[in-house]
Amino acid sequence: MTDGATGPLLLGVRHHGPGSARAVRAALDAAAPAAVLIEGPPEGDALLPLAADERMRPPVALLAHAVDDPGRASFWPMAEFSPEWVAVRWALDHGAAVRFIDLPATHTLAMAGDPTWTDGEGEGADGGEADERRHGLRVDPIAVLAGTAGYDDPERWWEDVVEHRGTGAAPNGPPATGTHDPLAVFAQLADAMAALRETYGHGGHERDLVREAHMRLQIRAARKTHGDGIAVVCGAWHVPALTTRTTVTADRALLKGLPKVKTGITWVPWTHRRLARHSGYGAGIDSPGWYGHLFGAPDRPVERWLTKVAGLLRDEGRIVSSAHVIEAVRLAGTLAAMRGRPLAGLTETIDAVRAVMCDGSDVPLDLIRDRLIIGDALGEVPDTAPAVPLQRDLTRLQRTLRLRPEAMERDLDLDLRKQTDAARSLLLHRLRLLGVGWGEPAAGRPGTGTFRESWRLRWEPELHVRVAEAGVWGTTVLAAATARAESDATSATALADVTSLAERCLLAGLSDALPVVMRALADRAALDADVGHLAQALPALARSLRYGDVRSTDTAALGGVATGLALRICVGLPPACTGLDADGAAEMRGHLDAVHSAIRLLPGPADAGTGGAAGSGPQDVAGRWADALGRLAGRDTVPGVLRGRAARLLLDDGRLAEDEAARLMGLALSPGTPPAEAAAWIEGFVGGGGDDPGGGMLLVHDERLLGLVDAWLTGVPAEAFTDVLPLLRRTFSAYEPGVRRTLGELVRRGPAVDGPARAEAPVPGFAAELDASRADAVLPLLRLLLGTEDTDDDELLGAGT
Amino acid sequence: MPATTEATEAAEETAGAPGAAPVGEALRPHAEDAFADELKALAAADDRPRPACWRLSPWAVATYLLGGTLPDGTVITPKYVGPRRIVEVAVTTLATDRALLLLGVPGTAKTWVSEHLAAAVSGDSTLLVQGTAGTPEEAIRYGWNYAQLLAHGPSRDALVPSPVMRAMSDGMTARVEELTRIPADVQDSLITILSEKTLPIPELGQEVQAVRGFNLIATANDRDRGVNDLSSALRRRFNTVVLPLPATPDAEVEIVSRRVDQTGRSLDLPAAPEAIDEIRRVVTVFRELRDGVTTDGRTRLKSPSGTLSTAEAISVVTNGLALAAHFGDGVLRPGDVAAGILGAVVRDPAADRVVWQEYLETVVRERDGWKDFYRACREVSV
Repeated sequence: MTDGATGPLLLGVRHHGPGSARAVRAALDAAAPAAVLIEGPPEGDALLPLAADERMRPPVALLAHAVDDPGRASFWPMAEFSPEWVAVRWALDHGAAVRFIDLPATHTLAMAGDPTWTDGEGEGADGGEADERRHGLRVDPIAVLAGTAGYDDPERWWEDVVEHRGTGAAPNGPPATGTHDPLAVFAQLADAMAALRETYGHGGHERDLVREAHMRLQIRAARKTHGDGIAVVCGAWHVPALTTRTTVTADRALLKGLPKVKTGITWVPWTHRRLARHSGYGAGIDSPGWYGHLFGAPDRPVERWLTKVAGLLRDEGRIVSSAHVIEAVRLAGTLAAMRGRPLAGLTETIDAVRAVMCDGSDVPLDLIRDRLIIGDALGEVPDTAPAVPLQRDLTRLQRTLRLRPEAMERDLDLDLRKQTDAARSLLLHRLRLLGVGWGEPAAGRPGTGTFRESWRLRWEPELHVRVAEAGVWGTTVLAAATARAESDATSATALADVTSLAERCLLAGLSDALPVVMRALADRAALDADVGHLAQALPALARSLRYGDVRSTDTAALGGVATGLALRICVGLPPACTGLDADGAAEMRGHLDAVHSAIRLLPGPADAGTGGAAGSGPQDVAGRWADALGRLAGRDTVPGVLRGRAARLLLDDGRLAEDEAARLMGLALSPGTPPAEAAAWIEGFVGGGGDDPGGGMLLVHDERLLGLVDAWLTGVPAEAFTDVLPLLRRTFSAYEPGVRRTLGELVRRGPAVDGPARAEAPVPGFAAELDASRADAVLPLLRLLLGTEDTDDDELLGAGT
Repeated sequence: MPATTEATEAAEETAGAPGAAPVGEALRPHAEDAFADELKALAAADDRPRPACWRLSPWAVATYLLGGTLPDGTVITPKYVGPRRIVEVAVTTLATDRALLLLGVPGTAKTWVSEHLAAAVSGDSTLLVQGTAGTPEEAIRYGWNYAQLLAHGPSRDALVPSPVMRAMSDGMTARVEELTRIPADVQDSLITILSEKTLPIPELGQEVQAVRGFNLIATANDRDRGVNDLSSALRRRFNTVVLPLPATPDAEVEIVSRRVDQTGRSLDLPAAPEAIDEIRRVVTVFRELRDGVTTDGRTRLKSPSGTLSTAEAISVVTNGLALAAHFGDGVLRPGDVAAGILGAVVRDPAADRVVWQEYLETVVRERDGWKDFYRACREVSV
């Protein structure tokens, strides 16, 4: 700014730098320009008066999106401490004209969708738009300057040289106000940038040339209207280019033939957390909370900051006295002096807090880190702001799916095999994830398959507000739901929460969010020491695997996590089953059954999809599960009901020989065992499990086991019999009447004469021998079913018996 | 009081460069003697402001610990390999009037750092109180020479000053080792010293006032917190710095193999040629269980209750080498270390066993080239 008197006042800033913001305010106060031009999309001019609305509270973002494709969008986030925001507010408060002068979003958005412009929008030091591809081989001007000054961290250099200037050079001292020329710092910065631009040219930011041409044209136009009394607030990097003398024709030529796309623009509320995000639409600021504090603190920023920290720590129940704060301030100041910094920065204060207030530990610090350094500020936007693109996307989807928002409640039945219905289901599930409760799942009609879904729809007016709030997550329903699910997954603490989230992600078809959710799930599972929690999580996962099949989503990751979960259960189960009381044992028995059926749903390693008892080697999960059950069945410290249940599950799967089962039963029912314990074993072994009340058939078919039970029961001493009776009654009363009757008849007849083999005596309703002619009658049908026309009878007979 | 505790030895190992070889009569010279040249060169090159009674400026002390090259070409060997931030906070604390508490699990160079800090700041690292369960108040305040006391009555001549008292009157740095092992009532005698900076002698109606430059470095094992936890009044007088375990696997493997090599030689164990792979494996297992996450960062793990410090990894490998030499074929095999690892990991028979089994099943079993190790562990685990 060597010619401040003749040309426009160029204020080069770092986006979202509190020091820059302060300096901009001072410079504007000093120069009092008639017009303020700001780096930003000119489409936003019409929305600028909204910034003066008292309901508008930063952080907010200017959001431009392609009308036809809301997914293509750019954000210009502004926090309270952003120089751009300060400039806007200054101009509105002082009645100065204010304009955005960057390349219109109609071009930048069109370029983003156009492969010839894929070098992307230069972010580096000058910020503004979001572009994932921005980290190319480009020059970061600040990094070069910092490196020249001997700093390895560009952020720190900028803070020391520019941001901390406004608060005075003396550490801990009050800010020096008005003692130096408010314009000098901008002049020096412009000189430094000019030197850089001479060396590096556009530094890899090719599109900057176009943007700068546009800015120059806008500045010329503004000078025609307002004379020289104009100020320009832009990224420091652009300052030299804006002073370059070029011809109007040359600039026009650069702007010729740019692609265009129809664009909508609005203000959306923003959060500090999103400012802190590096990817996507974040501004890549690590510590918005600290910046906000630096900007907001009237004086003594370090003292105020550490007092704030102490307050937060006290809220967490940590004893922090004023003496701690005093010591922390001193330590931070001394550290800054030793590191040669003008003022204690974030690093110094955090080091001091850790050493003085947190006993050197990061644990208490982590409790407050988020609230402190990032801050939980949430912006607000007046209702008069145009609709967010998420709303547009939703309206578009509602039209294409013929789902009109109606205030009347109505029921909707979906058949997921139809394409439209499947898409409707996805939309409703996604909206539910976003907290837009338009549809609630209703209990499906009984007997419907997994491909049917019932919803109850009702559109309340406040759902518009919910949609606007959800706009912070993304511009399309899909993107927003994905971002929301990912965020929920990382912040969830309980395992069951993540499992249900995974289930909902599958229902909502958010395959992009699944890896993050699965990751969170695996992490929570690894840290959860309670086998009960793990056992609760597994069935939901196994169910999800089945849904995944119905909806043809990729469930490989899910299968992997479920298998891992099952393995952990296998390892943790035996120790968790010891020392349980009756209630605990009953609960664990429920877990046993649930896990057992869930594990059968898991795909085996080799033959994915068949489920069941896949494979037989010890490598697969089913084998491990069988091992765990085997250990349970044979361990004395495990409650009887669990031992019995484990033995039964193994027997049903054919992993326990009948002889062995009989041995286990004999062991459990031997005279040394307390009768109550033995009765519990019987309950576990022959009692109904979950959905299978017919556990008693086993006793009907295996008389040896029945004989053992019978012998035990007659041997129970009279005084113990009354104790055992309720347990036995509970077990046997659950049987179907037919089974009970048969059992009674068998017992009355007495033990079979012919030793250990199956009963020779006819089971009621069956003859003693096979009736060959009646059996042959089914063969034609069987052949038809198996599709084996020319198989001879003997083979079929072999299969049939 | 002897300063060579086990922690000191382990600490030296973690601390990297051992510096000049011991010469002369002492088996192990003090830091200020072993590195006298470096301290002299630093003092000569140091033009920054020094706090009262400091031999060097804070910047120079940090350089002494972290290593560097001076303008005149003198190379300062790094005494501590670890985050710069930690050393800076520690040095800065000594420059304020707060005392410094170094925390860490055994084998993280606490004693080593404290000795070198004292040597660089005050030029004397010998004002040391070794904390034990039997440390009396006299060790921190003062004692009496009873012959003098009986012959001449109470006087300053009959008083035997403690290292802390000497440091106060001379403006030096005192050191207290294993602060949390000292009984709580004895610990609390430090409160007046640290807050009022005076030590009253009621028997004589006198007091000793600390001279500028006095400060105190205490070390404590943070696994022992429960033993004699500091009262909050005392804790408030300290700035706490936690010394971390080695940051990278390579650094830790290097520390372990060097130390194992030394121990092996002193025990006359034959050198095992391919031991480095097994050492790497032991370090990997220890680090993964300690950090609760696998090296590739993909799988989360539960952590067992044991420390699993570098020092323990060293003893596991040494043990394995002895097994291999006396009962095996001289080559360190997975089976030789498996039992040792199991012993180090499973401290609590119930909870830790589950942790270990989970680790075996979910991590070790899947890993390429770890088949033998898995099998060996399964054998000893059952």
